[in-house]
Amino acid sequence: MTREYIDGATAIARGALDAGCNFYAGYPITPATPILLHMARELPKVGGIAVEAEDEIAGIGMCIGSVMGGARAMTATSGPGISLYSENIGLAIMGETPLVIIDVQRMGPATGGATTSAQGDIQFIRWGTSGGYPIIALAPSSVAECYSLTRKAFDLAERFRCPVFLVVDKEMISSLATVELMTYEEVPVRERNIAPPARGTRDPRWRPEETYLPYSFEPVDAVQPLAQFGGPHIVRFTTSSHDEHGFLTKDATKVGRLNRHLDSKISQHNDEIEMGRLDRQDGADTLFIAYGTTARAMEEALSTARAEGHRVSALVVQSLWPVPERLLNEALRGVRRVIVAEQNLGQYRREIELVALRNAVRNETPPPSIEGLNRIGGEQIMPEEFLAQWEGGVA
Amino acid sequence: MTTPLKPIESYRNERKYPFCPGCGHGIILDKLNEALKRLQFDPHKTVIVSDIGCVGLSDQYFATNAFHGLHGRSVTYATGIKLANPELNVIVLMGDGGVGIGGHHVLNAARRNIGITVLVFNNMNFGMTGGEHSVTTPNGAHTATTPQGNPEQPLDIAATVTNNGASYVWRGSAFDKTLPDHLVEAIQTDGFALLDIWELCTAYFVPNNDFNKRLLEGMLSQVKSGSGVLHRAERPEYAQALYQFAAKQAGKPVLPHKPLPQKFAAAVDRKMHVVVAGAAGGKVRSAARLIGVAGVLSGLWATQRDDYPTTVKSGHSVSEVILSPGEIRFTGIERPDVLILLAPEAVRKVAHYLPQMTADAWFFVTPEFAHLETSAKKVILDAKAAGVRWPKLSAGFMAIAAMLLHTGLLPMEAFVEAVKTTQRPAIAEKNLATLTDVEKLVALLPKDNA
Ligand SMILES: Cc1ncc(C[n+]2csc(CCOP(=O)(O)OP(=O)(O)O)c2C)c(N)n1
Ligand code: SF4
Ligand SMILES: [Mg+2]
Repeated sequence: MTREYIDGATAIARGALDAGCNFYAGYPITPATPILLHMARELPKVGGIAVEAEDEIAGIGMCIGSVMGGARAMTATSGPGISLYSENIGLAIMGETPLVIIDVQRMGPATGGATTSAQGDIQFIRWGTSGGYPIIALAPSSVAECYSLTRKAFDLAERFRCPVFLVVDKEMISSLATVELMTYEEVPVRERNIAPPARGTRDPRWRPEETYLPYSFEPVDAVQPLAQFGGPHIVRFTTSSHDEHGFLTKDATKVGRLNRHLDSKISQHNDEIEMGRLDRQDGADTLFIAYGTTARAMEEALSTARAEGHRVSALVVQSLWPVPERLLNEALRGVRRVIVAEQNLGQYRREIELVALRNAVRNETPPPSIEGLNRIGGEQIMPEEFLAQWEGGVA
Repeated sequence: MTTPLKPIESYRNERKYPFCPGCGHGIILDKLNEALKRLQFDPHKTVIVSDIGCVGLSDQYFATNAFHGLHGRSVTYATGIKLANPELNVIVLMGDGGVGIGGHHVLNAARRNIGITVLVFNNMNFGMTGGEHSVTTPNGAHTATTPQGNPEQPLDIAATVTNNGASYVWRGSAFDKTLPDHLVEAIQTDGFALLDIWELCTAYFVPNNDFNKRLLEGMLSQVKSGSGVLHRAERPEYAQALYQFAAKQAGKPVLPHKPLPQKFAAAVDRKMHVVVAGAAGGKVRSAARLIGVAGVLSGLWATQRDDYPTTVKSGHSVSEVILSPGEIRFTGIERPDVLILLAPEAVRKVAHYLPQMTADAWFFVTPEFAHLETSAKKVILDAKAAGVRWPKLSAGFMAIAAMLLHTGLLPMEAFVEAVKTTQRPAIAEKNLATLTDVEKLVALLPKDNA
């Protein structure tokens, strides 16, 4: 039983290093800076590169470039920096770049409160770039999960070749926690699937300078192996709508298929992404839902409520995007009342409402009542508040 | 991947340029092809990074690797590519528009001396979007957005990067027959190289200004900072410098775990909440950390949550520590069992706790806060009365040590071990040296509330 006393930033950095991250570029911002400091200190030891970029645009830009140069890349920032990442998030989606982005949320809007905790970026990270195409987002709710979900983020980035966000906040990053070393989960991180050298046969669609088709998706949700610069293939990476070769096109059939691919490679594989901890109690008609730091208060409230003999179920959502619909359906089964706790004005509650309503229509059952427990002044949601809201409604 | 045995006759593919008749872009690209032919680079090891605009279409006409990215950001991708794989020859094609929106990146790439070559296709306006003025539009020139003539001064990007760390800088015209020679030299330069290539946008700048090759060359001959090779310098290239640094770091332990095996025992049988409230810059957080470390060394679970303003050395600094015999989920504190108040900056942050604290809780204060009312047991740490020094930077440490000594919350040996395992030797020594003063301070305290 050996324990360590560690903060989330260290756990994230360790998760990244253990996942094989060898490139980091980012710009200092509270409360994400500790991750930059860890990577600047540690990456050279593994032969990797860490750059303090001139701004966030350069930070994520260098990361995207580095991936095409063969690196496994990560960057970290907070809300204001995500704003500057926006256009390049789209580039990483379009160019199918495996990239891990840590968003250490702070209070917004704008500069907001640099050292103040918030969960205000939940919809922003999902819809933060033009076009509306999906990304993946994970939210750890403990320091040990900061480690394991960072590994998971690297794994999913390679699996789906897309940006994967790890959404945390100031409390998660800088608060110290005791972790039993044995409980760190060594989530497997897959190797990059690199396009193999061409075989003897030649596809008639190949152009002379090409030995494989980087953007030919058969079927449409299939993720192609990545061809990196300097490897056996000539590769074209492009921000523009492109054909199977990577040349610009406006052909509606080809562009439509590309865009369909960008969506369905993720949306059709939610079963590989869905993650959460459902703690169901028989006979409970109330379900608490939370994620990130707020889930810790929820779990505390849950154990108090149960110790007092009450019946309550709880769900910690670990994969926020895409919405883990199957998991939510399972959690909502038989539930009459849902309390969703967030440090925002109900950004994720709306997703839960949608799932619950769809569920209700499908099953021809009345939807549960769905309430928010929301704080936006920077204060943490306290365990007592779950109980107060719950008891208030029980009447 | 293998270098071909036969020389490569062209780095162009079969696709035809899409540019307007007479556009300078095709002229420059032909000269780039000429330079690449002379260099005979492996196309697999060569990456053309294109910006946005008409020039951004250019990568599609080469049989090398290509990276077509966002407007103005080409240099950032090129930097990432070069850093990840320094073997690659990385060539950036960007317009004067790209230099405007992404000038920051160009400057910083020059400053870093990253080994890329930047070709600025400088046609003095935005071609693709309809001939708007750019950062290099000459003063007085007519564009879609300067119908009365450009009131702004043009940016001299060549002089700017010359003065900011570039290794090789050339300026001239697209028509210049020596351009391929300079391209070869630029691409062969280890560090950052930039060519500011002036050319004609026949769709906009030419008709809007009755502009032509002769006028362009005339303008070039009058630039203050000159034309031709403006700069050659030998400086360590950035990627090489970073990898050399990394090589020296190789083998050092990577973010090793710092296990805190149980060595002591503590008589904590329920969750204990300790709040230490002081001034920022007073080492409150690092002192509070010792409580958690000592707790873990005593077989407990601990958490610490800090509250502080954005400024590091002014304002309040409040650390909330929880010690518990079982795992702790939530790191917040409703009501402290121990509150240590050391600085006026922090009063506002913790005053609300005082009415909630019960008789079994502890309130440790310096004499200036002795008047604050609470039902908790009030312990006044009076350094003057004890005749000991109470330096501002040690106040947090000394108060915590006094609290542990007086309450017996954790064994002192665990605290001493925590100091030795977490703090740098010099600091640990300094802190431990204050413990005799702490003992004197605690000796003065009334035993009744211990
Ligand atoms: C972020 C962003 N803003 C604006 C544009 C629109 N845009 C496309 S090309 C261009 C100007 C390009 O001018 P220049 O770089 O000089 O290239 P040229 O067309 O002259 O070759 C602009 C502003 C864009 N693509 N992206
Ligand atoms: S608009 Fe200007 S820059 Fe674009 S292709 Fe035509 S001439 Fe060239
Ligand atoms: Mg231009």
